[in-house]
Amino acid sequence: MDAGKTPPGAPPPNDQVHWEGLEETPEFKELVRARWRFVAPATVFFLAYYFALPLSNGLFPNVMRTEIIGHINLAYFFALSQFIVAWVLAYFYIRQATRVFDPLAEKVRQRAGRGR
Amino acid sequence: MSITFVLFLIIVAITLGITLWAATRTRTTLQFWAAGRTIKGWQNGLAIAGDYMSAASFLGIAGLIAFNGYDGFMYSVGWLVAYLTVLFLIAEPMRNTGKYTMADVLAFRMSPVPVRSAAAISTIAVSASYMMAQMIGAGSLIKVLLPDLDKTLSPYFQWSIFGTKLDPSITLVGVLMMVYVILGGMVATTWVQIVKAVLLMAGAILLSFLVLLYFNFNILAFFDKIYAVKDTATKLPFTSPGILYVYGKTTVWGIDKALLENVSLGMALILGTAGLPHILMRFFTVTNAKAARTSVAWAMGLIGSFYIMTTFLGFGAAALIGKANICARVVEGFKCAPGLKPNNNLSMPRLADFLGTHFFGTAGGEFLLAFITAVAFATILAVVAGLTLAAASAFSHDFYVNVIRTQIFKGEVSEREQVTVARITSALVGLLSIWLAAKTGATANVAALVAGVAFVIASSANLPAILFTLFWKRFNTWGAVACLVGGTVVTIWLVAVGPGWTLPAVAHPAFPLQNVGIVAIPVGFILAIVGTYIGDLAKADRLAEVKFHEIDVRAQTGVGAEVSPVPA
Repeated sequence: MDAGKTPPGAPPPNDQVHWEGLEETPEFKELVRARWRFVAPATVFFLAYYFALPLSNGLFPNVMRTEIIGHINLAYFFALSQFIVAWVLAYFYIRQATRVFDPLAEKVRQRAGRGR
Repeated sequence: MSITFVLFLIIVAITLGITLWAATRTRTTLQFWAAGRTIKGWQNGLAIAGDYMSAASFLGIAGLIAFNGYDGFMYSVGWLVAYLTVLFLIAEPMRNTGKYTMADVLAFRMSPVPVRSAAAISTIAVSASYMMAQMIGAGSLIKVLLPDLDKTLSPYFQWSIFGTKLDPSITLVGVLMMVYVILGGMVATTWVQIVKAVLLMAGAILLSFLVLLYFNFNILAFFDKIYAVKDTATKLPFTSPGILYVYGKTTVWGIDKALLENVSLGMALILGTAGLPHILMRFFTVTNAKAARTSVAWAMGLIGSFYIMTTFLGFGAAALIGKANICARVVEGFKCAPGLKPNNNLSMPRLADFLGTHFFGTAGGEFLLAFITAVAFATILAVVAGLTLAAASAFSHDFYVNVIRTQIFKGEVSEREQVTVARITSALVGLLSIWLAAKTGATANVAALVAGVAFVIASSANLPAILFTLFWKRFNTWGAVACLVGGTVVTIWLVAVGPGWTLPAVAHPAFPLQNVGIVAIPVGFILAIVGTYIGDLAKADRLAEVKFHEIDVRAQTGVGAEVSPVPA
């Protein structure tokens, strides 16, 4: 790529009223609300699920040593399930972002373009 | 032996050739720091995986599992789940508001001089401690390839710096790496990370496949063999938790110490990633927020697959070789050469040697050993390049250009001057990490070191600063400086007075835990909050709150984000 240097872009007006005005638009408020409605519970869930692993290993080591199949124990399956949970949550986040957040953000961007 | 070393050199030379070829494609400042902002999502995903999976992942985790069984696997779990923090809270807002470095985002709202100076301190601390572990990893590899090097060079290493004698292998390979990275013009281009990520995945898949082939793809037979490996101290089988930190043995503050260590470790693992400067920089290379999101998804797929494979790599080494026989030089029958201490960082190379010999004879063992050490070396070199870039840009772009030359000695800074400062910074950070590596010793586990220092600084200093800048309206310069400097200082201090990772461990340390995150991370967040309220009282920084409206809109929507020169 030879198109280097600082990208030209279109710097929006740095006028303060403009930003606060955008912040007050229904589209922006809806975007922030939609995002937190997903991110807040998802974050609480993954933190709780993640810390459940060291806590249960530490508090109930003998339960966690219970063997499920052959010598593969509960502790290992719980650890493995963390990978699945992480991937599934990532999948749902990306789906939600594509379906809900992106169109809302686009609306705000259009309004910003018009509003200057 | 010599065949292995020659093969190693050939494989490394090919990797470096690709690297240099890629580096010649880098011309402008934008391409230099942010790869022209044209990197596609999947490419950046590979590059994140390349930047992220260092000696700690490739050598360290396998070593922890090979020596301590199940508990080592906790590193694998935490380092993947960490990406949810990045995906949910950090990646898209960073892309939408940032330019080249983490400090650019902070300086958006905050007073630039103090906040850039403070961010330079925490970035250099993270990079140097991260790099220390890479130096140990590289030095350990050289000890395998050239077992006589330490003895040959020892007459020249009879002096010490601040009471620490440098380790000949670590110093030699460390200096060579730094020379390469500095003269190669900071070759941490995205392509280097991509090439290296592919190599690393290939190495891990090959060894995992051979481990499974050894057990005729019978997972249950594999676990039977792991179960048969017993820890000498606790008598527990290697499939069981509680070997690395023994449960129910001692208490700290009235709570089981092993439990505290594991929770504390977990905090650093899942919060630290979101504060690593060299990972955050990757989000500035993509075309837009959507591409940042896609790249995290790709990275999570690759990184997660690799970490699941550490099951085969680490447990494979434990079951097939055994921790007593993993050291720099082995004699007939894969036993440690007499008088050598086991080094858990060498589990992967030793496993490669064993499997190659088992399936393809002596030459096969030599070849596979050469291949895996070369992959590990390429891994380390690429990560050292990425870390050097982060440290150099923090100092040169953030501190030198934006603080010293713009605010104090006013004047135009030429590109040449900026690069010279970046090179000097790189050299100093490299030397610091070599010294720290020698002080820690080559047998300290590199994964434990990275998680124990670099990740704690990242999560106690950088993470609160980034999160509050993006999401907390009242946050101001005072709060940012308090957590950036305070988090760094508290972490280093707690690690310094704690038991540490040098063997044998300190008997009665002033701070009881190896993993200091459980104290340091809350302290970092509290400092950010307290600093903010004190700043509020002093009415020092009204601009930060005013500017919040702008960063809020920008972060959420991408209005006015740095655009890529080509249409996305």
